[in-house]
Amino acid sequence: MTLFLSALALLLCGAAAAPVLRRAPRWASAVGAGSAVLGALLGLAAAVRGLGAAAGADLRLAWTLPMGSFHVLLDRLSSFFLLPLFLLAGLCAVYGYGYFGQHARRRDGASWCFYNLLIVAMALIFTARDLVLFLMAWELMALTSFALVIHEREHDDVRHAGWVYLVASHISLALLLALFLLLGRSAGTTDFDGFTGVIQVGSGLADVLFVLAVLGFGAKAGFLTLHGWLPEAHPAAPSHVSALMSGVMIKTGIYGLVRLLTFLSGPPPLWWGWLLIAVGLGSGVLGVLLALAQHDLKRLLAYHSVENMGIILLGLGIGCLGLTTGRPLWTALGLAGGLLHVLNHALFKGLLFLGAGAVLHTTGLRNMDRLGGLLRRMRWTGLAFIVGASAISGLPPFNGFASEFLIYLASFQTLLSGDSAAVWPALAVIGGLALIGGLAAACFAKVVGIVLLGEPRTAEAGQAHEVSAWLVGPMLVLAALCLVLGLGAPWLVGPLTERMASEVAGWPAGHPLAAGIASLRTVTGLLVALLILTAVLAVVRHALLRKRRVSAAGTWDCGYLQPTARMQYTSSSFAEPLVSFFQPVLRTRVEGAAPHGLFPGPSARHTHTPDTPTEWLAAPLFRGVARLAWPMRRLQQGRVQWYVLYIAIMLLVLLVWKL
Amino acid sequence: MMLHSLTSLLLVFLVLANLRLLGASRLNVCIRTVAAQGVALSLLPLLNASGLSLTSFHALALPTATALVKGALFPWLLFRALREAHVQREVEPYVGFTPSLLFGVGSLAVGGHLAARLPLPGGSPLLVPVALATMLTGLFLIIARRQALMQVVGYLALENGIFAFGASVMKEAPLLVEMGILLDVFVAVFIMGITVFHISREFEHTDTERLSALKDWSP
Amino acid sequence: MNTVALGPLALALAAAPLLPGLINRVKAFFAGRRGPPLFQLYYDLAKLLRKGAVYSRTTTWVFRASPAVGVAAGALALALLPSGGTPALLAFPGDFVLLVYLLGLARFFLVLAALDTGSSFEGLGASREVAFSALAEPAFLIALAALARASGSLSLSGLLGAGGGELPVRLPLLLLAAAALMLVLLTENARVPVDDPNTHLELTMLHEVLVLDYSGPDLAFALYAAALKLWLFGAVLVRTLTGWLPGSPALQTAIFLAGLVTVALAVGVIESCMARLRLTRVPHLLIAANAFALLAVLLGMRQG
Repeated sequence: MTLFLSALALLLCGAAAAPVLRRAPRWASAVGAGSAVLGALLGLAAAVRGLGAAAGADLRLAWTLPMGSFHVLLDRLSSFFLLPLFLLAGLCAVYGYGYFGQHARRRDGASWCFYNLLIVAMALIFTARDLVLFLMAWELMALTSFALVIHEREHDDVRHAGWVYLVASHISLALLLALFLLLGRSAGTTDFDGFTGVIQVGSGLADVLFVLAVLGFGAKAGFLTLHGWLPEAHPAAPSHVSALMSGVMIKTGIYGLVRLLTFLSGPPPLWWGWLLIAVGLGSGVLGVLLALAQHDLKRLLAYHSVENMGIILLGLGIGCLGLTTGRPLWTALGLAGGLLHVLNHALFKGLLFLGAGAVLHTTGLRNMDRLGGLLRRMRWTGLAFIVGASAISGLPPFNGFASEFLIYLASFQTLLSGDSAAVWPALAVIGGLALIGGLAAACFAKVVGIVLLGEPRTAEAGQAHEVSAWLVGPMLVLAALCLVLGLGAPWLVGPLTERMASEVAGWPAGHPLAAGIASLRTVTGLLVALLILTAVLAVVRHALLRKRRVSAAGTWDCGYLQPTARMQYTSSSFAEPLVSFFQPVLRTRVEGAAPHGLFPGPSARHTHTPDTPTEWLAAPLFRGVARLAWPMRRLQQGRVQWYVLYIAIMLLVLLVWKL
Repeated sequence: MMLHSLTSLLLVFLVLANLRLLGASRLNVCIRTVAAQGVALSLLPLLNASGLSLTSFHALALPTATALVKGALFPWLLFRALREAHVQREVEPYVGFTPSLLFGVGSLAVGGHLAARLPLPGGSPLLVPVALATMLTGLFLIIARRQALMQVVGYLALENGIFAFGASVMKEAPLLVEMGILLDVFVAVFIMGITVFHISREFEHTDTERLSALKDWSP
Repeated sequence: MNTVALGPLALALAAAPLLPGLINRVKAFFAGRRGPPLFQLYYDLAKLLRKGAVYSRTTTWVFRASPAVGVAAGALALALLPSGGTPALLAFPGDFVLLVYLLGLARFFLVLAALDTGSSFEGLGASREVAFSALAEPAFLIALAALARASGSLSLSGLLGAGGGELPVRLPLLLLAAAALMLVLLTENARVPVDDPNTHLELTMLHEVLVLDYSGPDLAFALYAAALKLWLFGAVLVRTLTGWLPGSPALQTAIFLAGLVTVALAVGVIESCMARLRLTRVPHLLIAANAFALLAVLLGMRQG
């Protein structure tokens, strides 16, 4: 606990010092990033210790507020979520130092202040054991991340993204406020310790609470139809902030949902699991489809966050079904898979956002159709990015495979059981995961193939160069971690998730996960064999070619004399077969006409894929609210006298009502 | 047991026919498919009859009549309408073929899910899901295709689904009831054939879109 | 680890290049030609391994690494497959998920290598390859799910080899799963009606175009990886249909090999009798594969 508190203290010091030094931006950056890195290291130590400890470290401090108390507890669930937080926060801070480095500005100091505060807020969310503290941390997270998103606020689209994000965060907060007030009222306390078993399963209140939680936490985590802010905010924010937001911040929603499950008095009703799986499937499939249709690299990555939240939900959903039907095996495998994916996603999505940032840093471009050939110019960034792309597509031997494997195993176990209530959801999860996996691989083949491989499509891309070590270092560390977690999964899954799953489900640790871990061990053996075999084959190939003539030539061009880089396949054309197949869902618009005639003039053609769920659901909702709120404008007179009158009337009403 | 798996294969054929109906772009293909589906269905009561009393008149009469009407009479009527009315040979979908096929797969899943909840007697586990899926396919074709003749085809598919469903519910269907249904369908197809002919003469087209010109109120 | 399976694994690694030769012979027979020798692919591989290489100036290490990844992934996937009479070298619950994802890994790198050349021609093939396989993957896994449910086992050796259950009961299920797997086989190996391997340098091909810029040992690796993949899908199909047969290991092996020959013949016959489907129709074929797999699951529903 001392470690944890000193980490928080260090971060707060950094937050206070960075803006003071704003006249010397380089120093402000150094102090801000330095304190973030040191704080993250201390926090990491605390998280690791928390994972190992049997009973969590408990701390309760009185405060002067009328309600609640400062009560934090580092139990295993909290420590597990702190792990990706501090890991990514430290690496992103190093990256951010390099990112801001060359064009230091006065506002960097403020940015570092908010960055450190954001880490503190998230650490408090993961550990708070009091609803007042939790909600305050939640609001702090919303505000600081808003401030970070609008770092480049001179651009219109960044300001717009900021607004969208601010509104989304506060809708989430409003729903959570209702959720926690209801919870607090039925528990009679604001302390989480009093919440255990307080949600009476089967009562109408429990169902209301669950739906509120899915909506409220879902707005933060970016579940389908509530994801509208992700593709706006992530591209707008500086890349290390996007990485932290996408890697960790949206996981606060998952944490909230899992924490809520521990407050149940008994096994949840069947439809909870069904709902989680349905939302997971929708988010997963639509997220990856929307990603496939994007041209903007960071927007694409933002949609992939929606997809991965869907995968995590699928795991949680199967876990929920296991709780309902009393099958520890499903619960253990499903929860372990979902939670491991939380950690994995933090690693590879953080890595990918940092990679996208490096590309943006050196070329100034986010549009994939203008990039190309970067692997030859940015060797290390490219290597790390390819590792991240393989990992997010769930390909072995990287970490994405391990968590998806566990979720697959959970659903196959469910399928075998013959429990008719669970067979269909399990089948949906299997088919859905397979589809999501195939589409994600297609999408990242597109990203890597178009951005990193081939020839540069524009002069900017041609002049790209490797970024500084500050930026490359964190990416390589993350890439290495992706491989380590992929191979080391069986040894990590046990300690990391098994005890936690038992904490959530309330059974003694031990047996249920053993089968999954045994499978994973064999997988690791095979994957090591895969690496060795590949290396052997590479050596054989090298030996074969050593004494022979190896020459270089142009790419085979079918006899065409003047191929140019612009003639390469673009990201839009690569995705076209899938996009047109899913046209009924995606509703991609094609603008411009194809050239025709013998001597066609210049013609342009481009596609735009609207965010259909947002356009159809969220936009009409907001328009309706705006229409309702419009008459209220009259209250806003701009005269002080009127406002005093309002206050007087309000006071009178309250007095009359309460006395 | 052997009969059991034969029933299953027959039902698989039904599903294939459904998918063909959903994915085909030409009218004549659809008419032939739905006819083949009807003939295949007529075998179902034979396989489903528990004692296999092939000797009884009842057991043989219904399948024969069904096969004749659905396999020969209806296609003949429909092809005649197709010829005489000079209709377009394309089905002209409102909903594209890919989503239609996806609907077909989805209807199977929905059928399977519903069948698990319906308190129905045993038999092939496919029977009820496939019957439901066939009915849904028929309805879908009626809704999602523009051609008047395709609506007849959809109606026939719907009837095939009901027939299959009936075969699962009633082991010993009363001959008269089944014959009555068959007659109803016959009359319906006959009348629809005439209607199609008249529509095409009136509008020189059998696109049901044009029928909206008949409504009183127009914006 | 089941070391007895090393023999069948070695056989698979050695004999896989026979299958394309067999298919070509069948096609030649139907066309009234004599056709290339049965061992043509072996001759090609031997020739290519002795040659130097030409690389496009655009390419990077991804292009050079991809064939090795393909062969390694294919060989490891074969180690997970049971063959006639013997369970796989390694069998564990969920091994088929690894198999599917190993194939995914090989495909990912193959596609990247194609894009690495910067040729729009290869971009076209890559784009189609990922589109079709994304739709084929669910069909493959759902078909395996149906088999898993019918056999009550979660490893390939169990679900493709368990004799349990009388044949007549399981026959429709097996046939349905086999139909789905056959469509997946045709798609994944880029055969007619999904793709025509004969149309060199036309705009319809998947696999042929992806390896267009390879030469020398790299091309040999790529061709060998493709042959391994064909063997793999063929083996899954054969075991699905014949896994229930009793008999001594020797007999089983004979049946297994005969089955693989039959699969190659069937592919050859299909290729000779059918034209390639229009490209926009291929997804419909894959939807049908998904429907077959789903039906198989439905059939297994009340039996399990």
